[in-house]
Amino acid sequence: MSANIHFVVHDENDSVGVIVVEGVTAGQMLNGWVMDQDKDIHVKAMSDIPIGHKLAIRALPKDSTVIKYGVDIGRVVAPIQVGEHAHVHNIKTKRW
Amino acid sequence: MDLSKATFRGYRRENGRVGVRNHVIVLPVDDLSNAASQAVEHNVKGVMALPHPYGRLQFGADLELHFRTLIGTGSNPNVAAVVVIGIEDQWAKKVADGIAETGKPVAFFGIEQHGDHDTIMRASKKAREFVQWASELERVQCPLKDLWVSTKCGESDTTSGCGANPTVGNAFDKLYPHGVTMVFGETTELTGGEHLVAARCRTEDVRRKFQHVFDRYQEVVNRHKTSDLSDSQPTKGNIVGGLTTIEEKALGNIQKIGRKCMVDGVLDKAETPTGPGLWFMDSSSAAAEMVTLCAAAGYAVHFFPTGQGNVIGNPILPVIKLCANPRTVRTMSEHIDVDVSGLLRKEMSPDQAGDALLECMFRTANGRLTAAEALGHREFVLTRLYESA
Repeated sequence: MSANIHFVVHDENDSVGVIVVEGVTAGQMLNGWVMDQDKDIHVKAMSDIPIGHKLAIRALPKDSTVIKYGVDIGRVVAPIQVGEHAHVHNIKTKRW
Repeated sequence: MDLSKATFRGYRRENGRVGVRNHVIVLPVDDLSNAASQAVEHNVKGVMALPHPYGRLQFGADLELHFRTLIGTGSNPNVAAVVVIGIEDQWAKKVADGIAETGKPVAFFGIEQHGDHDTIMRASKKAREFVQWASELERVQCPLKDLWVSTKCGESDTTSGCGANPTVGNAFDKLYPHGVTMVFGETTELTGGEHLVAARCRTEDVRRKFQHVFDRYQEVVNRHKTSDLSDSQPTKGNIVGGLTTIEEKALGNIQKIGRKCMVDGVLDKAETPTGPGLWFMDSSSAAAEMVTLCAAAGYAVHFFPTGQGNVIGNPILPVIKLCANPRTVRTMSEHIDVDVSGLLRKEMSPDQAGDALLECMFRTANGRLTAAEALGHREFVLTRLYESA
């Protein structure tokens, strides 16, 4: 298991995970590790996603809130499917 | 790691503070004195000049911060002795007098009515005396509580929040019960997680002070911002690294204060803390500015987690870099002191990562050069509050 973690999630209530390996491509089955609860989850990548970038682990409709670390990190400005790349093209800050 | 009897070998200064380096520095008061200061550095081996672009026509709180930063830098226990050079005598004397309160050797020189040549000659003679004197000082065994540790992260990405920053948090949680004096800051970079820091403040008074400085900085941002904060917060590098919003960046940043430490007090920029514990310094989130302010406040070792690979160092404060991004560790290995990328592969536990950082901290305190020191990174960047007169 340990050699095969493709993404990590801080908390099981989070809506996104972080890709921690290079070269993830659309269609690839990904193994995820939920760190706080030490659980495994599996998601199919819907986009090519660079290392360090996020993928949605639940469907996020427009105007919904993105949760990471169990806390609000911004709002969805374009709908995001499970396994899709989640970044500045579909998430914006609520603060500035 | 059992820290109850931990010690390190440092330089105990005249005022009781302990340094982990033994620098003799030439400190210019102003931009005009950089050339003479660097000439002294050239003339006397083992002396380091700290050039910077400011010090003329500043006034009010901005000038006070300038003096506090210069005096604090000279007073830092990593510095054995100081030669101060200014364009004229009076402000040079003011800086030298401030440093002299520590009891360490300090001399000042003004350039006007002497010229560069004569000033450089006299300052070089004094610098040579200081460096030969300092070269005979010896390290002594010191308890862990005498080590002051600062932290600030830079060129963060999502791996910072998953790996490198929680490693600092783990180390801080272990240092805190032993009476170590610690600091974090980066006021705007708490945006979205400020409630979590407020909840960690030890007393209502500390919480009120924290909220006050946080709100003040938000007003500055709101007054000057363009719609997207000009790709400055998060930075272009943060965004390339996968960080999307300031809230996400802030929540990663806050991992550095661990899960148990309380925030014991709030410091102004470059202000020296009055006791042990974890302090919050109201400060810029720009790496070199914040690290310079930590050095001026008296901190002796710095933890610097990075994701995309910030290369920062400081002239007098050893900057220990740690990184959890396996790509950065591979492509920029010469900059990384502690590789914690195993955390993201479950090959290393948070406890092991924290211990690896503490082990590097002790080696650095005992004299091992950091990557930034070996590479000659000496970023000395003074924070300005507003325009000169």
